[in-house]
Amino acid sequence: MTMNSNLSSSESAKKAAEVERLSQKKDVRNRWLLSLPALAIIFFAAAGPLLIVILYSFLTPGDYTGVIWTFTTETWISVVLERDFFDETLGWADAHLSIFWRSIRLSLITTILTAIFGIPTAYFIATRSPKSRNIWLFLITIPFWSNLLVRTYAIQELIRNKGVINNFLQWIGLTNEPIEMMFTDFAVGFGMTYVYLPLMVLPVYASIEKLDFKLVEGAYDLYASRWQCLRRIIVPLVRPGLIAGSILVFIPCLGAYVTPQILGGGNQLMFGNLIALQFGQGKNWPLGAALSLTLMVIVMIALVYFVKVSSGENKKNG
Amino acid sequence: MARSSLFNRPFEIKRIPSFQSIALFTFVGLYGPIIILITYSFNSSASLGVFESFSFQWYITAWENEKVQEAAFRSLYLAATAATIATIAATMAALATTRTKKFRGMTLIFVIINQPLMIPEIVTAVALLVFFAMIKIATGYTGMLYLIIAHTAFCIPFAYLPIRARLESMDLTLETAGADLYATPWKTFQRITLPMIWPGIIAGYMLAFVISLDDVVISEFVKSAGQETLPTYMLGQLRRFITPETNAIATVNIAVSVILVSGFFLLTQRKK
Amino acid sequence: MTTNDEAIEIKNALKVYKGDTDVYALNDVSLMIKKNEFFTLLGPSGCGKTTLLRLIAGFEHPTSGTILLNKEDISLLPPNKRPVNTVFQNYALFPHMTVGGNIAFGLEMLGWSKSEVASAVDEMLELVKMQDLKNRRPAEISGGQQQRVALARALAPKPQVLLLDEPLSALDLKLRKQMQIELKRLQSETGITFVFVTHDQEEALTMSDRIAVMNEGKILQYGNPRDIYHHPENKFVANFIGDSNFLLADIQNGNAVLTDGTELKLSKENKQVSNGQKSILIRPEHVQMSKAKGSKKAFEGKISNIVYFGTDTHFHLELKTGDDFTIRKQNTPNEGTDFEIGAVVELTIDENAIQILND
Repeated sequence: MTMNSNLSSSESAKKAAEVERLSQKKDVRNRWLLSLPALAIIFFAAAGPLLIVILYSFLTPGDYTGVIWTFTTETWISVVLERDFFDETLGWADAHLSIFWRSIRLSLITTILTAIFGIPTAYFIATRSPKSRNIWLFLITIPFWSNLLVRTYAIQELIRNKGVINNFLQWIGLTNEPIEMMFTDFAVGFGMTYVYLPLMVLPVYASIEKLDFKLVEGAYDLYASRWQCLRRIIVPLVRPGLIAGSILVFIPCLGAYVTPQILGGGNQLMFGNLIALQFGQGKNWPLGAALSLTLMVIVMIALVYFVKVSSGENKKNG
Repeated sequence: MARSSLFNRPFEIKRIPSFQSIALFTFVGLYGPIIILITYSFNSSASLGVFESFSFQWYITAWENEKVQEAAFRSLYLAATAATIATIAATMAALATTRTKKFRGMTLIFVIINQPLMIPEIVTAVALLVFFAMIKIATGYTGMLYLIIAHTAFCIPFAYLPIRARLESMDLTLETAGADLYATPWKTFQRITLPMIWPGIIAGYMLAFVISLDDVVISEFVKSAGQETLPTYMLGQLRRFITPETNAIATVNIAVSVILVSGFFLLTQRKK
Repeated sequence: MTTNDEAIEIKNALKVYKGDTDVYALNDVSLMIKKNEFFTLLGPSGCGKTTLLRLIAGFEHPTSGTILLNKEDISLLPPNKRPVNTVFQNYALFPHMTVGGNIAFGLEMLGWSKSEVASAVDEMLELVKMQDLKNRRPAEISGGQQQRVALARALAPKPQVLLLDEPLSALDLKLRKQMQIELKRLQSETGITFVFVTHDQEEALTMSDRIAVMNEGKILQYGNPRDIYHHPENKFVANFIGDSNFLLADIQNGNAVLTDGTELKLSKENKQVSNGQKSILIRPEHVQMSKAKGSKKAFEGKISNIVYFGTDTHFHLELKTGDDFTIRKQNTPNEGTDFEIGAVVELTIDENAIQILND
């Protein structure tokens, strides 16, 4: 080989490396450009406005609606504490705290109830033949994609004073007076269990469907009883789906608005209704903003907790 | 459980006692209220308590109600527009974030796109209320654009997910083969990628459409005066007085969802 | 390199995948592929053979080094500008097009007129004997038929070089044998240079004009199948192609002295090898076996196991050196089992059957 060809080959090598680097850079740039419309829309109409909410939570409420542009931390204090009207001393804001507590309690109960009904349902679907499995799955998906409002309304029709259940009970003569079910915690919990159930069934189903039943056969082969097999083999293997389902049910429950609004009425408020109230009759936008952020923080804590539980589980299994 | 001879049955590996009964109970529980609702929509009586005889009268009443008509058309227009924009944006984003080794900022893109799924809807709703109030005061514009862009934003993740799934299950070598056979990148996209992911795009569009059509919370907070959508109209009705007309509207609503979800199901279940 | 008939020349190709630790998928590979030859890249998975193929196709570009096609530098040319086509391992047939549509695709992209495309498609279908299935979809035909369509699709634009990336690996044994013959036929009929990637040594030996054996991003040896089989240069090549017995020997003036002192004569060409410790290779089928006569200097071993294989029998021996040694003996209908486990046998080896290795 002559010097000349050596030189040109090293030059071409440099050029090749440069071209590759540039083409990779161009590729990443193109990918950002392609994502841009979606990012811009979401930033404008979902993520960005949250920043304004943070700002608003430090402003003074206006007399009628809106805000006055003076900085205050009073709103944040009023999220959990209450200033006495006469002597200015601080005490717990019982009205808020009881609503926080009701939201968390009802969300937990709903999550547990959806699990109690959801796990057997998911298991049932996953153990059907592949063909009929799709039909059962379809039957779960239909309510999932039907209007939340309509489904809540269906529950209302069932449990209101002149609703189907009370009519039936009076008709068979069990009671003379209608049993009050609307506008109670029971109504809200029942309604949320009903509307969020598919959100538990679907991820649990996805886990069970992946479950290798040879493992179950193995357990029985090694003298496990049905109960032991369920507890020691099936539940641990299905846990990721159960955790995903719990996230999908618990978190929307915390922020639920429509279902408690219709079934809980004005007395059984949940977090979402309390927030909405501040932008309606409450006319206290900064408090609404601060409450929104509080709800987001609680949701984040719950998410982190669930993720931690599931990753701890992964470590144990892996 | 009617079957009593538990011990005479052959041992079934997959069977767990009582699970089947709970599952069937759950299905009855899920569909019972919906079926009752539908049944009463065909009730000729104005009373919601007793079923008198079969009649379409409430559907006619609803159809002749101008407010319902207007809200229904607004909902359809909104869903169609938002789903179209969302699907186009989501398709582009899905193309950008799949089938590549991780690049700088890819996780960020993913997080932003899925952000509407992670924040409680009521929080987004009030944030939009506050933000759009500012714009409304500044510009004086109170048209449909607010609703359209708000719906587009939360529709994007729903459109994105099936398209992304479709892209990820698509064999990368097909496009390589296209390039090998003298197709330019644009031709490859047109002749190979697009036809291959088309079912995913349609599925994404349908999901986005249903999600937009069903939305109550964000519409309720974003709408300007006189911009009722069908769900916000229904919410208003439920707060005041309920007539079987509401059942009729709800039934039509369910029917639309069933049709769209069936289409979605057929598209995604079909062998890839 | 004076020949004028080279199709592809690769000069010092380097392909590095950056990561936590850089991976050298190709480490300074130089190679020349002649026109109209059936050239095979052979090696275990991850040896860099597919990377090399992708570099030639243009799906990836070398980190450094050049690729010449007909003496023209194509290193940076995109795949749609190279007169080179690929048959993919999984065929990569477009599922939304018919068989005919798949074959026509490349020609349409090249801007051929409709009638030209139509007649070329028919010609190709005839070449691979698939005329009846023109309007079927890929999902509706068998694996072997898909293979033929993939071949027809890649051959239709009449490329200068056809690249085949383990195209037979998805087929069952019988079909694979059939397709091997078919591929050879297509190659000689079309006169196109074939570059074939495989990890199957038998496939490589039976089909190729020349073979390059690769490992860990490097070409270890290349030449015609006979050379590669009979004169492997190192242990890896010897081991990868065929069965081998390796023994440690001291080379002394044209003889190989084993660790127990047994002397084996070397052939003339091996006599030039310098003295010192070397590994030697003896193929199991190149050894004759007879009853031991008890002479002191004889190359002897004790049979530890006998495995019957139908066409031949494998005798596992323990040599006096302590090494394991295998002999393969062809079975004939008349022969019984002359040798039994535990018997001591004398081994005779042709001096040409001993190959001295470089490592």
